[in-house]
Amino acid sequence: MSLIEIIVFLPLLAALAVGLGSPARFTALGTSVLVLLLTLAAAIRFQTNLEGSASFQFASSRTLLEIAGFPKLSLAFGLDGMSLVLLLLSAIVMVAAMMVAPKEDAIKGSARLYYISLLLIAGGAIGAFCSTDLFFLYAFHELALIPTFLMIGIFGHGENRVRTAWTITIFLGVGSLILLVGLILGVNALGGTTFDIASLVTFAKEPGTAIAAGMQSWVFLLLFIGFGILVSLFPFHSWAAPAYAEAPTPVAMLHAGVLKKFGLYGLIRIAMPFAPLGAEKWLNLVLVLLLGNILYIGLVTIAQKKLDRMLGYSSVMHMGYVFLGIAAGNHLGLSGAVLLMFAHGISIALLFALSGWMRDQFGTLDFDKLGGIAKSMPKLGLVFGFGVFASIGLPGFANFAAEVAIFFGAFSGGDETMTWIRWATIGALWGVVISAVYMLRAYRQIFLGPKPEKLKTPADLDWSMRVPILILLVTLLAVGFVPELLNQYIRPAINGIFLITAG
Amino acid sequence: MPVYYLEIIVVALGLLMLMVDAFVKLEDKRSIAWIGMLGLVVVFALLFVVKWPASTEGAFWKFYSSGDKLALYFKGIAVLTTLIVLVMAVDYTPTILAQIANPEAGAHRQAGLGEFFALPMFACAGLMWMASANNLVSIFVSLETVTIAFYIMVAYLRRNVGSLEAGVKYLILGALSTGFLVYGFAWLFGITGSMQLSEISTALAKPDINTTTALFTFGLILVALAFKVGAAPFHLWIPDVYQGAPTPITAFLSVGSKAAGFIVMLRLVSPFLASAELVGKVTLVLTVVAVLTLLVGNLAALPQKNFKRLLAYSSIAHAGFLVMALASSPRAGGNSALTPVAVIAFYLGAYLLMTLLAFLVMTSLRTKISGEDLDSFRGLAKRSPFLAFAMLVAMSSLAGIPLTAGFFGKLFVFKLAVESQHWVLLTVGLIGAAAGFYYYLKIAASMFLSDSGKGQIDLPAISVSPLAKIAMVALMVAIILAGFNPGLILGLFV
Repeated sequence: MSLIEIIVFLPLLAALAVGLGSPARFTALGTSVLVLLLTLAAAIRFQTNLEGSASFQFASSRTLLEIAGFPKLSLAFGLDGMSLVLLLLSAIVMVAAMMVAPKEDAIKGSARLYYISLLLIAGGAIGAFCSTDLFFLYAFHELALIPTFLMIGIFGHGENRVRTAWTITIFLGVGSLILLVGLILGVNALGGTTFDIASLVTFAKEPGTAIAAGMQSWVFLLLFIGFGILVSLFPFHSWAAPAYAEAPTPVAMLHAGVLKKFGLYGLIRIAMPFAPLGAEKWLNLVLVLLLGNILYIGLVTIAQKKLDRMLGYSSVMHMGYVFLGIAAGNHLGLSGAVLLMFAHGISIALLFALSGWMRDQFGTLDFDKLGGIAKSMPKLGLVFGFGVFASIGLPGFANFAAEVAIFFGAFSGGDETMTWIRWATIGALWGVVISAVYMLRAYRQIFLGPKPEKLKTPADLDWSMRVPILILLVTLLAVGFVPELLNQYIRPAINGIFLITAG
Repeated sequence: MPVYYLEIIVVALGLLMLMVDAFVKLEDKRSIAWIGMLGLVVVFALLFVVKWPASTEGAFWKFYSSGDKLALYFKGIAVLTTLIVLVMAVDYTPTILAQIANPEAGAHRQAGLGEFFALPMFACAGLMWMASANNLVSIFVSLETVTIAFYIMVAYLRRNVGSLEAGVKYLILGALSTGFLVYGFAWLFGITGSMQLSEISTALAKPDINTTTALFTFGLILVALAFKVGAAPFHLWIPDVYQGAPTPITAFLSVGSKAAGFIVMLRLVSPFLASAELVGKVTLVLTVVAVLTLLVGNLAALPQKNFKRLLAYSSIAHAGFLVMALASSPRAGGNSALTPVAVIAFYLGAYLLMTLLAFLVMTSLRTKISGEDLDSFRGLAKRSPFLAFAMLVAMSSLAGIPLTAGFFGKLFVFKLAVESQHWVLLTVGLIGAAAGFYYYLKIAASMFLSDSGKGQIDLPAISVSPLAKIAMVALMVAIILAGFNPGLILGLFV
């Protein structure tokens, strides 16, 4: 067993153990701490001076199926800089989510089912980010589908939870089917001999084996829509905000923080290298849709009256920036996109953890019914404020470094002609203003101003909440002040990835 | 040990069970089923030992065998299905007795139970023979051996109107389709002058073949086979018969009978697909059938509320995917090991695992809950987490969620469609798969989500018989392992 295989299979084995009778919370928490430690060990031992995307480190591969007429299938794992950053994100959010999850006796219903589902969701994300075999990259992501359905349907909040569970499952199910067709088309057009991502990318670069231009257009469109649905790309976003609002807190953290990044990861890792001409052809569509995410969803976010919905929509909106970074297609834009995936994952997990805790304490998240609680709960007010600042993208937080890189990347180029992407960047800049409006408004409504008389004042954050919050917050600040912590991994990875435009 | 011993052993087992039933005084006739199960386990093990003779020339072999690994694989499917059907039949005993109990004083209180265990054995022997049949006569005789056993089994609950109705429908439509088949065979003999599939194949491939008569023949045979596998527009009997038949027999029909139909279809349609003159039109007809079947099966399954009816439509839907594979013969001859035949064989193996698992759960539940409606599953996850989980695995696999055997089945079919550039089929297949997500998950949802305040919550935990539990665990493990590595199943025949 290699290090990565252990990291991937630990959560799945833990889920099995819980199913067979091991104590649920203890096992889940222990596993996630172990996974985080192993991931940190991998990060420390990771060699940052190797160039090129083919250099997957800690690689392990077991051939499963090798017959004529079907791509070679192996259970293969490995890390490059980009997947390492996302693995770190998964491991950190997983630990925080398990800590935030309620104790066994506080769960209405089967605590085993609750923790098994959480372990499978996290394990699926980790497996997807670590796979270097296209089949398992896809398959591990799907592992989260049914647990998410059960978690929202059984343990979710609100009257409509079953309906919401169906919505998210059908959206993601259809999205992954479209994605599947795109992947089959792509692999088939690349010779259909292997599922190994590095080899496929090499084939796609060579003029002799690259996909024909007409086919590239189809492959990219299918992959873009398929991955896009998973990332809540406008106009396929309508599943996201209700699902995050009604999901149990740990699921919202894992899904909005980690799992959603899979689609973006897939775009960078698969869609663009497979079909660079297709990406060029559909660039304008991508720009229009990402502006839809940033501006239209931004305005929708302003209109929200409940904190959890607002956070849900804000997380949809911020995906637009990542798309912009990907559309830029140069070093700066792509590394900004990867960094923002990390930063957004941590900051949205932080905000969902806090809002979930507040829902338990106050019984409501309506802006109208809350107010002035910063005075009685200063610690909550402080960390929530940090989360808000991070989400807006103020300097000092990881999000700032990432967004700046994206904007510069998207606007770059020596000449003075206004390309479409430059116009889109100018539009996207207004998104920062929009997020400042809704985030600060939410903060003012909840924490400042007069306190409604009916509102009870519970105790401030206790240690069981402080630990996970601090883990997330320290990560955000550390990366914000020293982006090099992650950039050292991202840079070589991006160098090796096919670039659409000359960076 | 020659292959054909296996069929003889299975028939002998069936006769032995009838003899025991007739002549041995048994307090509990379920022990008859044990004879069958033990025998089938031995036969299944023997499958890995038997050898084809070096030469399959000669009158007998001409009649019996096509002598390949695929034939052995299909024989294995037949044995495994029958074995698990017997496991279900044992659990199902109380329901059978309630429906056939003889009010006459003095009769054995389990009179009439023994045949219920013996009949599947004869069907099994027929299925095994069919797996290797390569002669029109042997195909017909083996097919009818199976069908006649099914006529009896479907109508077995003789005091239950639903079961009788199912029996009559199955009998009439089955006889009709047999008529089409015989007529088709007559034409086939007429245009090719042979009963032997290999010679038929050569004759059909000749460039001077009369395409009109050949296509007419193909049509007749396709109608008959569409009845057997439940492909649209000849699927109408399926929901009623599946709902009315005793649950273990529904499982047998849905796996055994379908597998049999597809084996025959593979053998009979391949010569037509191999003929350069006919392949275009034959593919077109198959495409139309596949599209219709996919749409009807998947869309009609959406509103179903009865478990067995839903699985009936699901079985139509899967027939659609299988015909889709058949219609997706690659245009250029490559050296792909993943031919439509291999894909269909894999799909049937995966289908066996997941469908039998679903029916095993249903049989275990049947005596403990009030009905077969999805509503009666409410809150089951609390009464029996094990059964609910087993059903979840079965449904995930049927829906084609990755890391289950069912996903690879669909992946292979879609891959064939992409390779042969059947974009219409691919689109319809996708719509079907998306609909499948909904209705299969609906079954799981009814167990996990439904407000458990009603009905099930205070009821005691459900006990599962150890035998059924072993079978379920084995099937679940097989589904998940094959979901990681399809080579485990493919390796049996490729």
